[in-house]
Amino acid sequence: MANFLLEIGAEEIPDWMIEPALADLHKRFADAFAAFGGSAITTDATPRRLVLQAKDLIAQAPDVEAVAPGPYLSAGAKAAEGFAKKQNTTVDQLAKTTDAKGERYIFHQLVKGQAAAHALAEKLPEIIISIHFPKTMYWTGKGGVKFIRPIRWIVALLDDQLIPFEIAGVKSGNTTRGHRILGSKTPLLVGINNYASVLEDNFVIVSTEERKERIEKALGPDVQKDEDLLKTLVYLTEFPTPIRGSFDKSYLELPKEILSTVMRHHQRYFSVVNADGSLAPEFVAVTNTAGDPDGLISQGNEKVLRARFNDARFFWQVDQQKKLSARVTDLEKVTFQAKLGSYKDKTERVRVLANEIAKALNADQKTVDQAALLAKTDLTTDMVKEFTELQGVVGGLYAKAQGEGDAVATAIYDHYQPVSMDAPIPRTLEGQIVSIADKLDTLRECFRVDMIPTGSKDPFALRRAAQGVVKILFEAKLPLDLKNHIADVPALLPFMQERIEFYLKDARGYAYDEVNAVMAAGFTTLQNLAERVDAIHTVRPTDNFEPLAASFKRIKNILKQAQLTTANPPKPELLVPGPEQELYQAFLKVRTATQATSVYREKLVQIASLRPQVDLFFDKILVNDPDPAIRENRLALLHSLLTEFSTIAGFSEIVTQGPSA
Amino acid sequence: MDSFQDTIFKLKHYWADRGAIIQEPYDLEVGAGTMAPETFLRVLGPKPYKVAYVQPSRRPADGRYGENPNRLYKHQQLQVILKPTPDDVLEQYLGSLEAIGIDLKKHDIKFEEDNWEAPTLGAWGIGWQVMLDGLEITQFTYFQQCGGIDLDLVPAEITYGLERIVAFLQNVNSVYDIEWAPGFKYSDVRLADEQQFSVYNFEMADVDMLWEEFKLHEKECQRLLDLFRAKKTGFERFPVLPAYDQALKCSNLFNLLDSRGAISVTERVGVIGRVRKLAVGVADAWAKQQAVA
Repeated sequence: MANFLLEIGAEEIPDWMIEPALADLHKRFADAFAAFGGSAITTDATPRRLVLQAKDLIAQAPDVEAVAPGPYLSAGAKAAEGFAKKQNTTVDQLAKTTDAKGERYIFHQLVKGQAAAHALAEKLPEIIISIHFPKTMYWTGKGGVKFIRPIRWIVALLDDQLIPFEIAGVKSGNTTRGHRILGSKTPLLVGINNYASVLEDNFVIVSTEERKERIEKALGPDVQKDEDLLKTLVYLTEFPTPIRGSFDKSYLELPKEILSTVMRHHQRYFSVVNADGSLAPEFVAVTNTAGDPDGLISQGNEKVLRARFNDARFFWQVDQQKKLSARVTDLEKVTFQAKLGSYKDKTERVRVLANEIAKALNADQKTVDQAALLAKTDLTTDMVKEFTELQGVVGGLYAKAQGEGDAVATAIYDHYQPVSMDAPIPRTLEGQIVSIADKLDTLRECFRVDMIPTGSKDPFALRRAAQGVVKILFEAKLPLDLKNHIADVPALLPFMQERIEFYLKDARGYAYDEVNAVMAAGFTTLQNLAERVDAIHTVRPTDNFEPLAASFKRIKNILKQAQLTTANPPKPELLVPGPEQELYQAFLKVRTATQATSVYREKLVQIASLRPQVDLFFDKILVNDPDPAIRENRLALLHSLLTEFSTIAGFSEIVTQGPSA
Repeated sequence: MDSFQDTIFKLKHYWADRGAIIQEPYDLEVGAGTMAPETFLRVLGPKPYKVAYVQPSRRPADGRYGENPNRLYKHQQLQVILKPTPDDVLEQYLGSLEAIGIDLKKHDIKFEEDNWEAPTLGAWGIGWQVMLDGLEITQFTYFQQCGGIDLDLVPAEITYGLERIVAFLQNVNSVYDIEWAPGFKYSDVRLADEQQFSVYNFEMADVDMLWEEFKLHEKECQRLLDLFRAKKTGFERFPVLPAYDQALKCSNLFNLLDSRGAISVTERVGVIGRVRKLAVGVADAWAKQQAVA
């Protein structure tokens, strides 16, 4: 048993790419070396190194017996000799076996298991350069190896044995590098057991977890929690040391959103908050140093922040000189998309759409229209040009400062939401409407000019836009029929349906067949869809439901075989007394009962109660009666049954367990 | 305390000691050191090259009438090209910071992802912005493509923002307070420049004249490129470099028109495409010319 250590030393890797890269490395390694056992594969990383360790690898993979199939005896002696020669043996050493086509030669061959050291040396280069990164570069010259950043050293040790290989001119070895500034200037000799401690002596904490703890411990309870920022900083540093700085109280006159954005996005600082949640005039920066004894780093960061805040204050003042309402025409100069014209054009379209939706939802049309008109005007402000991630937010803040009223201001502020599956939807109905109209317009226009996402390619983030629309409609329970607003762009409907299904499965956790079943019945409002899928999900575990679903599937197949797509209602006089009549009576009763309630769960319980009659019918009655009239009538009965209740869900989509029809 | 010019001298010396040619700024209006032929053309082809130069870089839209302490219409870049990139390039770069008096052990240095792309040049690269105590002081790029051509040798481009670095070293809050030379501040040397060009670029430049000029330079560049393409022999002395000057003129005129607000949405993409076509054409001609030279 031996332990393995791999360290890929590279120039600074972008923080956000590190975890996916480690996961990929882990998987590729585990797949390639499965034959060597290995009780634990762990990965770690700093900006300058990707590290993989595997414990208890066996030195030699077990031999495996392989069977090579040879020619049939009927092919003659020549073929047999040829096969034997290819296998480095003679015909008398071949075995025989019989399969469907006759007797044939086979050769049992023992494939020697590889030595771990040999296998590692052979396969690692390919594994390493195959690690997936979103964007790679070459550095040794055209046609050279590609990686995220230049590889500068590699450590590969199997216990104390060096695993030799080479990538892009870099030979693997047993030396690593310390912290760029604080560590030894010369390469550091490491062994498999002292790897982490040698690095720690040279101001590199290899363990991601330890770096994270080190930062967290120093943050203090008044620091605004921010997991994403924390992760970024963990992967931007090899020896993280948080330091505090402060800024002048006068900057607190600026909105919190703007100050936080400057600190977080531009400077990667944590905000500090007071007990009441308001911002304190302080920040925490995480340095890649051992400390700041002279306060120089703190002063430097304070100065940079001051300049940034001054910029923001300046932008705020300059921007107020021209109201948002006076900026609408300036949107002519802001490109929405090369093929789709300017944001002025977009604004006009969004207004029309937002007004239609507002009308359908009985919302305050004046507010919606004004918010839609001004929603994009902040794109012309200096503040948004500088802090693009504050689009919408700045518009909302300015609208409020310029007396547009809270309703309009909030709608503008929120209209980019939800920006992800986890993000909140706009807080007000007017905000929801503007958000939907904005996103639907983007979708409609992109689809219109054929900019449709394919596979993993979605440069205009149309899936996210569609997901946003769906999320709002579901979560705000808006009684809006989406189809009315995309009818003129046919390709968009299936795209939206995909997002609806994704939402029900991923965000709400319904089983795929439950979702398929309700989608098969079509939809008007998403709220109605949500009620139906919830009903299916609730009633599904009851005794009658799945067997009935199986029967519906059978009915569907029968109708399909009979090629019956439309039918008149069954003629009662042609129904044969007994199970057939009974089914018909039960059907009429259930139909009345389901029509009497608007609660889908109750409807479903009623429908499920048909099961005994349906079972009895299939048990006793042959649909294919020799008399065509009776046969037609039976099919008509089944057809009524299926269509009547399929408006709630396509029950045949439900995947049933056990014996089905 | 080192003056602005002292710091420049030290950086030039540092890179000269490492084998770089010290060039003077290119004598045409450019938006960045990258556009000077010493970068844009020299990175093409298989010949190693090392050069450093200060390039005054004009960005008309960034002008602030001399009133913003950090923003300038024209700033000074110190541009270093190392082709091919030495393995210890980042160590060499950090050494240059020490050479201008930054005690790295007392400061916080980070390399944060920042890839560079210039659509008008058909150029892009992979790299970082270098942060010193939260201040971006350098853009570092491994060039991958230039003028639409995959590069044979991968050069490293190091672009120092001189005003920022020196403001940091001199601990002043405004670039205008930088001491350029003993007794002379940055404002003494450059403030009038900023004020007048901001007025011209934003308010007074004659749009019709700029368009006219743009078309003339574009036509001249294209004429030369067409002649080059038609040639079967005698590439060596063909004026590819003058053709590039014409392309640079177009690029600057585009920036001026843009800051005058004279380019509409629908025109914009088209105009960028026209400049790019010239730059790509010149790069292609230069590469061919180098191959026979």
